[in-house]
Amino acid sequence: MFYRETGQYKTTYAADRAIFPIRQDRIGIAILLVVAFVVIPLFANEYWLRSVLTPVLVFSLAAIGLNILTGYTGQLSLGTAAFMAVGAFAAYNLEVRVPEVPFLVSFVVAGLAAAGVGILFGLPSLRIKGFYLAVATLAAQFFIEWLFTHVGWFTNYSTSGVITAPPMTLLGYSFESAESRYLLTLCIVAGMAIMAKNMVRSELGRAWMAVRDMDVAAEAIGINLMATKLTAFAVSSFYCGVAGALWAYVYLGTVEPQAFDVLRSFEILFMVIIGGLGSILGSFLGAAFIVLLPIFIANASGLFGSALSAETIAHLEFVIFGGLIILFLVVEPLGLARLWQIVKEKLRLWPFPY
Amino acid sequence: MDELYFFLEVLIGGLLSGTLYSLVALGFVLIYKASGIFNFAQGTMVLFAALTFVGVLELGAPALLAAVVTLAVMVVLAFAVERFIFRHMVNQPQVILFMATIGLAYFLEGLGQTIWGTEVHVLDLGIPDRGLWLGPILVSQFDLVAAAVVALLVAGLGVFFRTTTMGRALRGVADDHQAALSIGIPLHHVWVAVWSVAGFVALVAGLVWGSKLGVQFSISLVALKAIPVMIIGGFTSIPGAIVGGLIVGASEKLAEVYLGPFVGGGLENWFPYMLAMLVLMVRPEGIFGEKIIERV
Amino acid sequence: MKREIGSGPPVTALENIHLSFGGLRALQDVSVAVQPRERLAIIGPNGAGKSSLFNIISGIYTASSGVVRHKGEERPSRMKPYEVARLGIARTFQNIALFPGMSALDNIMTGRNSLMRRGILSEALQLGWARRQEIEHRRRAEEIIDFLEIPSVRRTPVGELPYGMQKRVELGRALAAEPELLLLDEPMAGMNLEEKEDMCRFILDVNEIQGTTLILVEHDMGVVMDISDRVAVFDYGRKIADAAPDDVRRDQTVIDAYLGTAHEH
Repeated sequence: MFYRETGQYKTTYAADRAIFPIRQDRIGIAILLVVAFVVIPLFANEYWLRSVLTPVLVFSLAAIGLNILTGYTGQLSLGTAAFMAVGAFAAYNLEVRVPEVPFLVSFVVAGLAAAGVGILFGLPSLRIKGFYLAVATLAAQFFIEWLFTHVGWFTNYSTSGVITAPPMTLLGYSFESAESRYLLTLCIVAGMAIMAKNMVRSELGRAWMAVRDMDVAAEAIGINLMATKLTAFAVSSFYCGVAGALWAYVYLGTVEPQAFDVLRSFEILFMVIIGGLGSILGSFLGAAFIVLLPIFIANASGLFGSALSAETIAHLEFVIFGGLIILFLVVEPLGLARLWQIVKEKLRLWPFPY
Repeated sequence: MDELYFFLEVLIGGLLSGTLYSLVALGFVLIYKASGIFNFAQGTMVLFAALTFVGVLELGAPALLAAVVTLAVMVVLAFAVERFIFRHMVNQPQVILFMATIGLAYFLEGLGQTIWGTEVHVLDLGIPDRGLWLGPILVSQFDLVAAAVVALLVAGLGVFFRTTTMGRALRGVADDHQAALSIGIPLHHVWVAVWSVAGFVALVAGLVWGSKLGVQFSISLVALKAIPVMIIGGFTSIPGAIVGGLIVGASEKLAEVYLGPFVGGGLENWFPYMLAMLVLMVRPEGIFGEKIIERV
Repeated sequence: MKREIGSGPPVTALENIHLSFGGLRALQDVSVAVQPRERLAIIGPNGAGKSSLFNIISGIYTASSGVVRHKGEERPSRMKPYEVARLGIARTFQNIALFPGMSALDNIMTGRNSLMRRGILSEALQLGWARRQEIEHRRRAEEIIDFLEIPSVRRTPVGELPYGMQKRVELGRALAAEPELLLLDEPMAGMNLEEKEDMCRFILDVNEIQGTTLILVEHDMGVVMDISDRVAVFDYGRKIADAAPDDVRRDQTVIDAYLGTAHEH
């Protein structure tokens, strides 16, 4: 009754191409933005801002990156965390060596560095596909983790092998409070999410999806496979690189290379699968789901008199994650985003069944 | 001369430990050949089987009973995987199936550790773990026994595939799904059978590995190296899995010993993957794999 | 309207093409050429090499020997399929090769990708030319959708469309690239009479109104004899005849090899 596009006619292709063509969607997004930018910073407590919402946003960005590569272009990657590591270490090294550089610039450099490494490890995708490519991305994962652990230069010869992000200041303002860090992350992530959405709904995104769906046909209609795949690797890694820099600077403050291990890569892959392959919105839903689930499990087990040890909870998390991945792939490979779409479609017709 | 002996020692040590990679890769190849699924969970199945075995053993059961129980668990697992996962995913692309096996890997890892705990379980099967001098070369006796077990298992599987009805059925499916169907072998049974065989291979690998390293979480990470092994050997070839394992075992040891000191060690973690990547660039079908010709 | 078949250099010409896969000879010494605005049909039993021929023209296979010419100029021997497409050669596939996860509109829009500019940042920001480009090409895509009479399925993922509709969308995707030469691999396969009539009408319109040159592989002899200017007959990787439909019908080698007596009208 309330969610319906009846009476909203689009008379130009420009209007039809608007990012949210249905009025109710626009209202919904506006409310969401007000909540995210105003309500949450005003009312959420320090713990939620710092330990829940900020990591959800950073993970969402990494998940968007992986989704561009895996969900939109169909190139499976098991090395997402390694590209995040490249971003984190690139930003750190730039600022340590050239302290005058504003931190926002070093975030861009982080993305560019990760993009470069992404292109390098994307080269095998020109000859191989599917899970064959998984091995190339695993190579990136294990090699990069090793590189940052064993080559002292990257950690500026820190004896503990840990890097500490320099403080972030912009025009004299220092981002230290949980609110300011949350808002900073929100601005970056929201901006980059809109850019991702724009990419996937224009020429570039169609080329990516064409490669994913049927690469022989894509090439036969004039799509340069090499350029398209490498662009996907570059853009995807850029997103992961910025996410990695945010992870180090905004969320953790100090990072060791092991914070970007293969389990982290799987975690982000799970966000993409549960959220929805080939959906920007899904990347947010998946990230929120994966971050919130352990909190939920911990609280739920607390209700049962905390009979479960922290260790058992960690194992149960594995069981539940694994089970959910299988469940989603069997029942709804397009993930939470698709479920949301189904709800919207039902809502459009409500109160009628058809 | 000492240089040469040292080199040979490293090489032989690498080859022998490589047989364990071969064993895990063998499980991958079996499942891939019969069902076209790249089973990421094979490494976790090794851990899961070893954990179950040790768990039953620690309850006081004799080793043989523990082996039988574990095998039964692996068959049940095979049945469940076919019934609850892959039967519902028949028309999905391979990459989606692959991701489902990643989910399975997580599930099994969590389940195994929830039931049996995370502490390192010592597993002593009475395999002697001493050095053995073959002339001037020192070889690990344990590795020799392990290699012999692998050889025995491969020979046994060869007999199984050649002489039993189910074995021939499995080969039939691997060679041609249509042909296998037309002689009336239900595909479901074949899948359950091949996952069971892979479960058995995982159990053997888990026992050998568990008694070398202790039964612990890191086994599944080491077993991940079976992926580069089968990339190098070829997805569809059992001899390829064996040779691939040997290549990976030997080359990573040589790299660690000869290049490691210059770069701070730890090369073993990534070397097999880089090697596999290079092989893929040159020969995407692996050394023994069948050339893939795509029909348009 | 009188359609004139162009003289001068053929749009595409194959000269003495050989193709083999590991000892299996798919094409032997094949020469065939198509003139501007011509409608050339290729017929032959299964495995005669028809699809291989298409794959050579579109650059998916590389000939073992022989020359492919584009408007008289020799093509580099290892031209990539996307480079061929950008010469103005579009095609459809025997087993529909649409992008099943994308809508009909997006499939057709993707057909225009080769005519569009790429700039990552501009597309991400949707400002300036990137925005205008999408809208302009959308207009052309809509014209094709109207022409093929499929506006109602615009937003439907093509994987969910019935077979006949998918065939139309695939034709639309090929047309979207505004090709000079269109290769149609069994465009009527699996269609009922009505669908075939529609498809014939679309194909003839494209040829007559836009002057697009056509090569089509087709099994339906009635369609082939009705719409083509010339018929090339293949058998076991060789071209055994190449003439006007009526002459081919009377050719004894063709009758022996392929047509048989059952197809006499």
